[in-house]
Amino acid sequence: MFYREAGDFKTSYVDDNQTFPIKFDRYRYYVVLFIAFAIIPFLLNDYWVNAVFMPFLIYAIAAIGLNILVGYCGQVSLGTGGFMAVGAYSCYKFMTGVDIWWGGELLFRLPEFNIFFSVLMGGVMTALVGLLFGLPSLRIKGFYLAVATLAAQFFLVWLFNRVSWFYNYSASGQISAPERTLLGVAISGPSAPAWAMYLFCLVFLAVSAIIARNLTRGSFGRKWMAIRDMDIAAEIIGVDPLRAKLSAFGVSSFFVGISGALFFAVYLGAVEVGEVFGIQKSFLVLFMVIIGGLGSIFGSFAGAAFLVLLPVFLKNFLVGGLGWPTDLAAHLEFMIVGALIIIFLIAEPHGLAQLWRVTKEKLRLWPFPH
Amino acid sequence: MKLKLITAVTAAMMVAAPAMAELTFSALSYRTGPYAANGIPFADGYQDYFTLMNERDGGIGGERINLVECETAYNTEKGVECYEATKGQGVLVYQPLSTGITYQLIPKATADNIPMHTMGYGRTSAKNGNTFSHIFNYPANYWDGASIAIKHILDVNNGDISGKKIALVYHNSAYGKEPIRTLEELAKKHGYELTLLAVDHPGQEQKSQWLQIRRERPDYVLMWGWGVMNSVAIQEAVNIRYPMENFIGIWWSGSENDVLPAGEGANGYKALTFHNLGSDYPLYADLQQYVKDAGKAAGAGDQMGTVLYNRGLYAAMLAVEAAKTAQEIHGTAQITPAMMRDGMEALEITEEKMAAIGLPNFGPTFSVSCENHGGDGFGAVKQWDAAAGEWSLITDFFQSDQDVLNPLIAEDSAAYAAENNIAARCE
Repeated sequence: MFYREAGDFKTSYVDDNQTFPIKFDRYRYYVVLFIAFAIIPFLLNDYWVNAVFMPFLIYAIAAIGLNILVGYCGQVSLGTGGFMAVGAYSCYKFMTGVDIWWGGELLFRLPEFNIFFSVLMGGVMTALVGLLFGLPSLRIKGFYLAVATLAAQFFLVWLFNRVSWFYNYSASGQISAPERTLLGVAISGPSAPAWAMYLFCLVFLAVSAIIARNLTRGSFGRKWMAIRDMDIAAEIIGVDPLRAKLSAFGVSSFFVGISGALFFAVYLGAVEVGEVFGIQKSFLVLFMVIIGGLGSIFGSFAGAAFLVLLPVFLKNFLVGGLGWPTDLAAHLEFMIVGALIIIFLIAEPHGLAQLWRVTKEKLRLWPFPH
Repeated sequence: MKLKLITAVTAAMMVAAPAMAELTFSALSYRTGPYAANGIPFADGYQDYFTLMNERDGGIGGERINLVECETAYNTEKGVECYEATKGQGVLVYQPLSTGITYQLIPKATADNIPMHTMGYGRTSAKNGNTFSHIFNYPANYWDGASIAIKHILDVNNGDISGKKIALVYHNSAYGKEPIRTLEELAKKHGYELTLLAVDHPGQEQKSQWLQIRRERPDYVLMWGWGVMNSVAIQEAVNIRYPMENFIGIWWSGSENDVLPAGEGANGYKALTFHNLGSDYPLYADLQQYVKDAGKAAGAGDQMGTVLYNRGLYAAMLAVEAAKTAQEIHGTAQITPAMMRDGMEALEITEEKMAAIGLPNFGPTFSVSCENHGGDGFGAVKQWDAAAGEWSLITDFFQSDQDVLNPLIAEDSAAYAAENNIAARCE
């Protein structure tokens, strides 16, 4: 009834090609943006931002990034944690001023970057590292590529633990974000207000999602998908696998790097690479992408929401609501989340995004299915 | 999804509703994951002491205690979530029992005006109260531990260890890296050779590190381990037939759970401690009567008298004493986190106080001041007797090398103060 193309006349190709061709979708999108930008910041407190919104926003960026690589281009990656670490450590170096040494002497020191540009530089550096580790993808595929990216994961974590230049020679081997402001408002550091951290991450997420969505709808995305579906056929019709695969690695790593930078600078504030950016982070983001739906931007959001909110909800419900012992609740949480993942993948192998698609199809016919 | 969100909202609301009529303490514990073997006894001891206070004394100064437990699994992200989830309830003091979480919370807790007590762990330079206004690490810290271990080795070798090889097996994290700076400094002073061997989280893989020890045969091995890493390391040491009396763990690597899996082989293993051992204290009679027999013991109730249970008791005891001090200073039983901080800064532990509590001679006597948040750094060495299945102290409590440590602490805290623009607080 409401959800239909009928009566929504398009008079130009631009209109016809827009992201949300259905009017209802378009308005829903504007409403979501409005609520996210103009209403939620007024309702937030520290707990909501730190336990729910920031992990969700940041993981959603990481999931978008990984989805481009795995979902759109079909290159399996287990290096997400390592790439997030690259983003975090580059962001740290740029926000504290990169120092270049030669033969034991300080050659020069870059000025400290603004937090916004530090995060962007985190993305750029990660894109470069991603390109480097994407090179093997030209020769190897599938499981073998997964193993190569796994090597990237372990190598990067080892590197950041080993070379003390990355953590500015601090005794604890941790990096901790000093207070940095944007337009006079603290974004990182302990006194940053909840709404500012939320909005900062939200802006990055919104822009990332729009860029990713449009990239995947354009010629880049079509090339990636051609490679994913059958690389030899893609090559025959004129897709350059070198460019397509490396661009997927670069773009994907860029987003993953941004998420790592935000994860460190805004969300946690202090990071120890082995614990925060270990292999389990790679799996977590991969699960988000798979549960959300491969090859779908909405799926990245849905997967991130599912895996961030569910544990928090279960913990609050079991411990806070029912008053159960914390260890019992923690173990039950593992079992419930694990069981739900399995049930989901059996019932809907294409992820939450497919459920959403089916709902939309049904909604088109509602209330008069033939 | 929306339905879930709404349910989550209501559930979180239920949690966030503060119960302000009591003194709230938090237990950021870990009863799951690879560190649970050490997390459980500490958490049990910590909770049982508060239960005892409620059951026997009706709380502290007439105010009942509300203990909020939150599971962190020794994971910093979960620890931060726990902190944010519970801080709205007016928690008086945080004791995260994790150096990683401590590093996260130092700036946050300071900004939120909530004190944090990191007893024998955390950031060592937090001892300098001039810079770290809300962080306390009395009665001893890692650098004390490193120095005490080296002093013990000096004693065994009649004061000369130049040319000896000492290896440090450490958890590759902020926790394990803490003593390195001190050990390097002490190496300069005493002339020993230091080898560093990092073990990655969670610590089940140590074959290569112990192979290296077998090859290089260091005279002494020090260990900064936690959780499953401890028992694996001790087992590996037994496997390569390393002389156990030359293997010394920090106080976090010296519980029953760490040595029991290695059986007879662990006999003679040494570890440090900053409090006394066993259950031969008057307080234990009360614990038995009011907590255990009343069926109110935390967890399975089977940890009483173990090393880490005692440490949990000790941590809770220091928190309660600080709360009492705060109540005295401010003349009100209903204290806030800010008042609690004042209480911790004015805390004085004397022999009479400990005897009155029912823990005579349990820990060192010390007094906290504005400048010194870390006590005096006394510790002792204990040794495992596998046949008897118990730890026993083999030295008296002695002080760490303050001449070496104080400049290091001043240096590290000055760096932190410069990084974060903190002015010296004390006159």
